[in-house]
Amino acid sequence: MTIAPTSATPVASRAPDARGPVVARARRPPLVLLLAASVAAAAAAIPLVYLVVRAAEAGLPTVLETLSRGRVLEYAANSLALAAATTVTALVLGTAVAVVLTRVRFPFARGWLLISALPLAVPSYLAGYGWLVLIPSVNGFVPSWLLLTAVTVPYVTLPVAAALRGASGDLEGVARTLGRGPLRAFLVATWPTVRPAAIAGSLLVALYALSDFGLVAMMRYPTLTWGINAAYSASFDRAQAATLALLLVVLALVVVAGERAARRQVPRAAARAVAPRPVGRGMLSALLPVIAVAPLIGVVVPLLGLLLRLLDAATLRAVDVPRVLEAVGATVGVAAAAAVLALVLALPIAALAARYRGRLVTAIESVGYLGHALPGIVVGLSLVFFALAVVPALYQSLAVLVFAYAVLFMPKAIGTVRAGLGDVPPRLVSVARTLGMSPLQAWWRVTVPLALPSLGVGALLVAIATMKELPATLLLRPTGVQTLATELWNRTVVFEFGAAAPYAALLVLIAAVPAMVLSGVRSAAKEEL
Amino acid sequence: MRTAFLSATALAAVGLLLSGCAAPAPAETAAPTEPVADGAFTLYSGRDEALVQPLIDQFEAETGIEVEVRYGNTPELGALLLEEGAATPAQVFLSQDAGALGALSQAGLFATLPQEITDAVPAGFTSTDGSWVGVTGRARVVVYDGERLSADELPDTIDGYVTDEWNGRLAVAPTNASFQSFVTALRVLEGEDAAAEWVTALAGNSPQIFEGNTPILTAVNDGAVEAGLINHYYWFRAASEVGASTMRAQLKYLTAGDAGSIVNVTGAGILAGGADDADALEFVRFLVSEAAQTYFVEQTFEYPLVPGIAAPEGLPALETLLTPGLDLSDLDDLATTQRLLADAGLI
Repeated sequence: MTIAPTSATPVASRAPDARGPVVARARRPPLVLLLAASVAAAAAAIPLVYLVVRAAEAGLPTVLETLSRGRVLEYAANSLALAAATTVTALVLGTAVAVVLTRVRFPFARGWLLISALPLAVPSYLAGYGWLVLIPSVNGFVPSWLLLTAVTVPYVTLPVAAALRGASGDLEGVARTLGRGPLRAFLVATWPTVRPAAIAGSLLVALYALSDFGLVAMMRYPTLTWGINAAYSASFDRAQAATLALLLVVLALVVVAGERAARRQVPRAAARAVAPRPVGRGMLSALLPVIAVAPLIGVVVPLLGLLLRLLDAATLRAVDVPRVLEAVGATVGVAAAAAVLALVLALPIAALAARYRGRLVTAIESVGYLGHALPGIVVGLSLVFFALAVVPALYQSLAVLVFAYAVLFMPKAIGTVRAGLGDVPPRLVSVARTLGMSPLQAWWRVTVPLALPSLGVGALLVAIATMKELPATLLLRPTGVQTLATELWNRTVVFEFGAAAPYAALLVLIAAVPAMVLSGVRSAAKEEL
Repeated sequence: MRTAFLSATALAAVGLLLSGCAAPAPAETAAPTEPVADGAFTLYSGRDEALVQPLIDQFEAETGIEVEVRYGNTPELGALLLEEGAATPAQVFLSQDAGALGALSQAGLFATLPQEITDAVPAGFTSTDGSWVGVTGRARVVVYDGERLSADELPDTIDGYVTDEWNGRLAVAPTNASFQSFVTALRVLEGEDAAAEWVTALAGNSPQIFEGNTPILTAVNDGAVEAGLINHYYWFRAASEVGASTMRAQLKYLTAGDAGSIVNVTGAGILAGGADDADALEFVRFLVSEAAQTYFVEQTFEYPLVPGIAAPEGLPALETLLTPGLDLSDLDDLATTQRLLADAGLI
């Protein structure tokens, strides 16, 4: 007679073995972790609470009337179409670039990887502006789609390249010996292991496309963000704006749910990485356009446009060096602080999502992503509301500004940190436990050091995004504090291109530094067998 | 059981946050009754720094009052002030258009200005209830591509710009406050039916839709669009950066009395919390003084609203432009205009 297990918790579905780490499917998460993740998710939910409060003030009939009038449906359809198209092209192009850069021996390979990360450093409004200088009549869906793809491709390229560098080539070799062509072998053997990284990157691309306003406004492609901005600008109708923003949140939820469905964690097998293969000249020049297209569209052409505009400006003002330095200091300072805080908030959510399943975990993770779909003005106003309600003494202080950045950009860290934590084999943690460490100690001394590269990636992505951010900064910054983005805005809004140029140049240069560091980061350290 | 407990804890955490958010802290009590002159005040300026800072420096030098300025977009600062409510750190709001002033006035966020200040500006260019005062005027104009069109071939009235020959050639910014003010004026002048007819004609004429006045000017100046409806002030800003002779875009003022030539106003108001701040009052008084009005005329080519000050050279006299006598900050009227534009599919 067998004794039934006393615990109602089923154990892992299969025993750990040489195939790799087991993803525990049904263990309950520890209370501390759940609470920490809930608090982080609550922070991310502040904009949502604000929107619901504002929309509720108007009452249901007004909400329905707002949703049914004018071009709202057109705006929503445009937002979805742009997000979908951008995600698909970013995914395909990003994976292609990553494969080419890791599997083909290129001259100056590290340089090319660096260049492929550069579009991250260019704010989307700057990219649009530069293109408009060169081709003033450019507008509509196609330019918005192509430009958005160009600036978001690194979100897919970088994680996929990192994953490929650590991926095994053995299975692919086996597939080749069994008669499959190179593409098919790649799809069958290697793609499943890099897929989570690619899908997580595509989620960021989709949310970015939904939330972007600067680029689509310049390209005159009306999306929901256009409608939200119009509601604030012309009618000062915050209830109307909140209704439209909630519609955007619904679209974001669809996207997040889609990513969860598409994401399938495949155990990573430790093995030798594939060395890049040399190829002939002809092949190299055929592959070059693949790597070069995004940096060309997203960096080179816009900067060229800005340069042309600068040459037109007859009055190049004298650069106020102390002021520039102040802006640089403020930008770097808040970016660093925001990166740290975002990481702190993202860590419990990512840790929860990496190892556990269940409806609560899904809900917490989804809430964490939602802030990323909202335009900066909404997040900014929601934090004004929150700060005045809860911590009025801190209103218009750097603390609230940094917190706003963390709420806005936490999702950029969640995906990579989750992947990094998930890659750490649980049996190493189990070994640490058997050696007498408490769960927290084991986590701190085993998991975190192994996942450190992915933590670094998350922090750097947040830092770059913070440097470029504009609308929330304008609303929440302490009066008198300027960042490079706000100084740039100050001047371009009044045609002062000459005065704007140093700020634009510095912004791209400074944001390029973390982008370049990102390109060199390796994936999670492999376990030693 | 444990799951239920955990879920409840998580929900409680969110709930606490929710209740904290949903019940904003009660605002500060009403301002003290005796006037305070502590030598400093905070200004939220929806007008840009390059324009306003020299004027503020002039004020600070003259009076010794310290001004802490927060620069931003008028719509965003308006939304910020509405959100802050009575807890705002600002005492004065300088706005680029009357819509923002009207929204704040309707929300009860402004203190009533003393009569001496509101009387300085003629009725029709300032608030009807003394909650804000007009500072400068900006005329609606047609900006056109100087290389492809000449002033003579352009229609003199706004009706001429929605005919079939203008299909796809006109740029408008229907989500922008100044365009909506113009449509409101059209409704008042020509009647609701004629205005609806004009809006429908425009919507059916493949208009080039832009997000604001600045992008329209840039597009016309770069040759991307043939003509557009903007405010006169923008052309002069651009011209001061690149030189008037190099500007490809040119301005055409429509016939006096036509709705297309109305004058929008910029203005300032004192927020409720600054009602007894003598420094704030001093600043608003300064804005309608001869010194500040002349500054605006010379630096931005905007119309002074205080009588007796010469208008910018080369511009039609203010009296020849339209004064519809309607309160452009009347938001109920604005809501009707927006409904009209939404029904036509423009916003």
